[in-house]
Amino acid sequence: MARLKSQIQTGSETYRTNLAAHEAMIAEVRAAAQAAAEGGGAKARERHLSRGKMLPRDRVAGLLDPGSPFLEVGALAAHGMYDGVAPAAGAVAGIGRVHGRDVMVVCNDATVKGGTYYPMTVKKHLRAQEIAEECNLPCVYLVDSGGANLPNQDEVFPDRDHFGRIFYNQARMSAKGIPQVAVVMGSCTAGGAYVPAMSDVTIIVKEQGTIFLAGPPLVKAATGEVVSAEDLGGGDVHTRLSGVADYLAEDDAHALALARQALGSLNRRLPETVDWASPEAPAYDPAEILGVVPGDLRTPYDIREVIARVVDGSRFDEFKPRFGETLVTGFAHVEGCPVGIVANNGVLFSEAAVKGAHFVELCAQRRIPLVFLQNITGFMVGRKYENEGIARHGAKMVTAVATTNVPKITMLVGGSFGAGNYGMAGRAYQPRFLWTWPNSRISVMGGPQAAGVLATVKRDAIERAGGAWSAEEEAAFKQPTLEMFERQSHPLYATARLWDDGIIDPRDTRRVLSLSLRAALNAPVEETKFGVFRM
Amino acid sequence: MFDTVLIANRGEIACRVARSAKAMGLRVVAVYSEADAGSAHVEMADEAVCIGGAAPAESYLRGERIIEAALAKGAGAIHPGYGFLSENPDFVEAVEAAGLVFVGPSARAIRAMGLKDAAKALMAEAGVPVVPGYHGADQSEARLANAAEEVGYPVLIKAVAGGGGKGMRLVERAGEFSEALASARAEARTAFGNEAVLIEKFVSKPRHIEVQVFGDGQGAVHLFERDCSLQRRHQKVIEEAPAPGMTPEMREAMGAAAVRAAEAIGYSGAGTVEFIVDGSGGLRPDGFWFMEMNTRLQVEHPVTEAITGVDLVEWQLRVAMGEGLPCGQEDLSIRGHAFEARLYAEDVAKGFLPATGRLDHLAFPSGVRADSGVRAGDEISPHYDPMIAKVIAHGPSRAVALAQLAAGLEATEVAGSVTNLRFLAALARHEGFAKGDVDTGLIARDLEALTLEADVPQGVVALAALKALGLDEECGGARGFALWAPLEWTVGLRHGDEDIHARVRVEGPDACEVRWDEACVSLRRGRDGGWSQGGTRAGQAVMHGERITVFDRGAFVFDYIDPLARDAADGASLDLVEAPMPGLVQKLFVAAGDTVAAGDRLALLEAMKMEHALRAPRDGVVAEVLCSEGDQVAAGAALVRLEEESEE
Repeated sequence: MARLKSQIQTGSETYRTNLAAHEAMIAEVRAAAQAAAEGGGAKARERHLSRGKMLPRDRVAGLLDPGSPFLEVGALAAHGMYDGVAPAAGAVAGIGRVHGRDVMVVCNDATVKGGTYYPMTVKKHLRAQEIAEECNLPCVYLVDSGGANLPNQDEVFPDRDHFGRIFYNQARMSAKGIPQVAVVMGSCTAGGAYVPAMSDVTIIVKEQGTIFLAGPPLVKAATGEVVSAEDLGGGDVHTRLSGVADYLAEDDAHALALARQALGSLNRRLPETVDWASPEAPAYDPAEILGVVPGDLRTPYDIREVIARVVDGSRFDEFKPRFGETLVTGFAHVEGCPVGIVANNGVLFSEAAVKGAHFVELCAQRRIPLVFLQNITGFMVGRKYENEGIARHGAKMVTAVATTNVPKITMLVGGSFGAGNYGMAGRAYQPRFLWTWPNSRISVMGGPQAAGVLATVKRDAIERAGGAWSAEEEAAFKQPTLEMFERQSHPLYATARLWDDGIIDPRDTRRVLSLSLRAALNAPVEETKFGVFRM
Repeated sequence: MFDTVLIANRGEIACRVARSAKAMGLRVVAVYSEADAGSAHVEMADEAVCIGGAAPAESYLRGERIIEAALAKGAGAIHPGYGFLSENPDFVEAVEAAGLVFVGPSARAIRAMGLKDAAKALMAEAGVPVVPGYHGADQSEARLANAAEEVGYPVLIKAVAGGGGKGMRLVERAGEFSEALASARAEARTAFGNEAVLIEKFVSKPRHIEVQVFGDGQGAVHLFERDCSLQRRHQKVIEEAPAPGMTPEMREAMGAAAVRAAEAIGYSGAGTVEFIVDGSGGLRPDGFWFMEMNTRLQVEHPVTEAITGVDLVEWQLRVAMGEGLPCGQEDLSIRGHAFEARLYAEDVAKGFLPATGRLDHLAFPSGVRADSGVRAGDEISPHYDPMIAKVIAHGPSRAVALAQLAAGLEATEVAGSVTNLRFLAALARHEGFAKGDVDTGLIARDLEALTLEADVPQGVVALAALKALGLDEECGGARGFALWAPLEWTVGLRHGDEDIHARVRVEGPDACEVRWDEACVSLRRGRDGGWSQGGTRAGQAVMHGERITVFDRGAFVFDYIDPLARDAADGASLDLVEAPMPGLVQKLFVAAGDTVAAGDRLALLEAMKMEHALRAPRDGVVAEVLCSEGDQVAAGAALVRLEEESEE
């Protein structure tokens, strides 16, 4: 396979400018992520520790193999939401390894409002389960939660993708043979009681874990019975009398060791999927991505410079390089895993869209996972393009992307605007994972374009009524829209709402892709049946 | 002539002899006890014969079995090694009677040197200087006490048939004589079945210098001296050749005396003439006295081999084949200096108590000769001497050889058993020893400093933590990867009585940070796979079972605290013993006030046509019996209550 040849001068002024711009954006995300990892703050952590409990991230580590990579999902969920009281939405979730095999861990953070479920907590928990189900990953729930966050009950309880969906998912996954293991390390009240109850195997920590449908205060209110939490639903009760839990653990560390033991007897095999090659480091240092990619989205660059810093040996078998050049397609390997890469290199024209559809078909035929490097302002607009049927050609690409059954991993490396988002496997197209870079932006269209559309409509109305609209008035009118788009298209805003699975350091792109692919390939690659292509 | 030799020994010496024999093209037959099946010396041999049980009296001391084995396997000669039957004249005679060659001296020569008093008389006759003393047959206490007065206190009482320090007592004053004599006799009786003793002048700064001799039955040569002054309780610890401070005149005098001694008894093969030397005023040609002659190859023979370039076992075998002396005295010379340290499985902290255990890991550095009869995975058997190896260093000068020995000992890795390695290394680094200022009392005087437990270096703890977590092995690049906030792993280690809870942050495939208490250590893996802390190697770790040993100029042992090795039910209320199902109390075995141990039967319950023994859930005292024999009880009924355990 041919090696890509980089045109970049790493010592150049442009390179250094780009690097500085990215480093500043990365620093912002890093600070936010590190703050979120602290959970409910020093005092709450101190109190948690004083009870002999391990902190959530230490629980996750204790479950996983020492040194296991941890592909965290939704690390910045709820960032800037709920007045900032729910860092990481009060839960840690992600994929790590136990006995060398990928598992999905969801761990409540009791230092954040007692681990109660905010709307984003529910969304994060459900997203983790969705990944687990699609990737066929055993689920481990490290439970320490007071259940639904009552002030937000309307956004937590009633709807389809609300609290009840957690247990529905557990039942459905268990039915599919995806193991469900719960470790009760704190309270597990009301609806939360069903997490351990619905699990295949449940471990509870002595004199610390409790499971009950109604806690002592509610029992007293309902029936007048006075009972301690331990006698109502402690570890001794549940492992000896009720059978709600299966193993009694001495403390957190013991409980996690028991969970590891439980995961050691699953008797699961990885499915036969792709033809793995032996991994090879890229010929160009992935860290150079920061200097290669302009800090400003509007500055064009060759996406092959990124591909060269992501794929094995920087080797890339480019498909149809001379046709529809604004979309780069081709075959490569990431840490030995064969992939088909679909990458934007400018606005999408009809040829590019058709080429994209063709390439996706190829990958589906060969069951090769797809990697989308998304940096798209949209499909080309204008009379010529509408008349030649760019919507029809775009639809072909969207159909192919929507219906292919090979795993798709989407990396948002720049802009994600309009229908380009669809053709490039945006969130709605259910890629197995969707990661974003700190420089990325996502919105239905660019802020200036949106403000321009609204201003045009307004100006037309004013002028139809015989009025006049000064340039100053127009600028003032546009300002709120520009600001709103600027704020809402920011990756921190997006990731807080779980429009993606997380922001990553662009230098980690190769690593994250490889871990995502590895996780996705825990499930067999299904055959694809495409929909009707508008020809 | 013979083409096959049977080695009537085990361990390192059996291996040592086999190496030379094989190098000479001989076939080697090993013998072994049931405890030694599969051991190194058996594996090295061309053929091996099991000669009995583990106890030496049932195997390695059974001459007739050994001779049978030799005959059965077509061996023409028997090499006895050292110890066991090596100095047993009856065995020599039996070997020869069977038409086989004994690789060693004649029975007559052995007998001549076997009894110390007779030997000394013989030597005095031959013109070899002997220590003033009494070696008479009159063993009455009065005669012996009188002799002690004549020689002058301090004196030594020694068992006539003794060796290895058994049956030996130092008497400083006349008033202590009687008691010391009684205990020396008692010890001699049990050890040798002979309570006869001799009285000898005690040399106040004695040095133990011995001369290696080699004879062919006609003539003899000497291969210079060895100094074995570094002793602990009369056990040699480190030996060297040549002796520090030795002058050419004295060497010549001692060598000549040793050759006279050997020739006086028509000695054949390798032997050692031991002298006691007064080291108080420097070495003088008139300041050495014959002590005894060991009519066998010595444990410490490798230091002589190192400085002379002679393979003594090869010489033994050649002379046994009928060759004359391989070379003359003028052909022998000294090259450089050599040390040997005896590495033992013993617990230095507990007074050098012999230890046992499985050698989970055993590695010697290059640059030293290690004569060993065990391999990694072998057990140190309680039946035999717990020597693991002899570590031998040979250098151009005493200072260089000693530095090599110290470095070699510090780089020797033994896991699975405690050893005297650190003690040996401390000795090799001892200032007085380095100056050549040696005498047999050095170790006793400086014992405390020599047996000081080393502080555990932080890098060692950090490496143990990595090892316990399995993070020290090479791995793929994804190790420790996290998007933004790395995870930290916790591991519990026990070192001595101290529990260490370390947190490990994996910063990449080759970088970790380990923290515990106030300590914080960053470790980096080099290209060779070894970990270092700020450029300094953090040692080498091995995990064996639940135990981790880190080697860093000594072995540091940690026990991994497995979070899984606990049972939460242990802590549950174990005060009440309840009926597991409805049934009839058929029998009660306890009453209130009885002390019971966990697992003891408390009651017998008949239910569902079966008898169920109800057992004590823990050790304790019966507080109350809540049922009577013949009672029908319901499931869950409390039958026996134990007294609550007092909180400590």
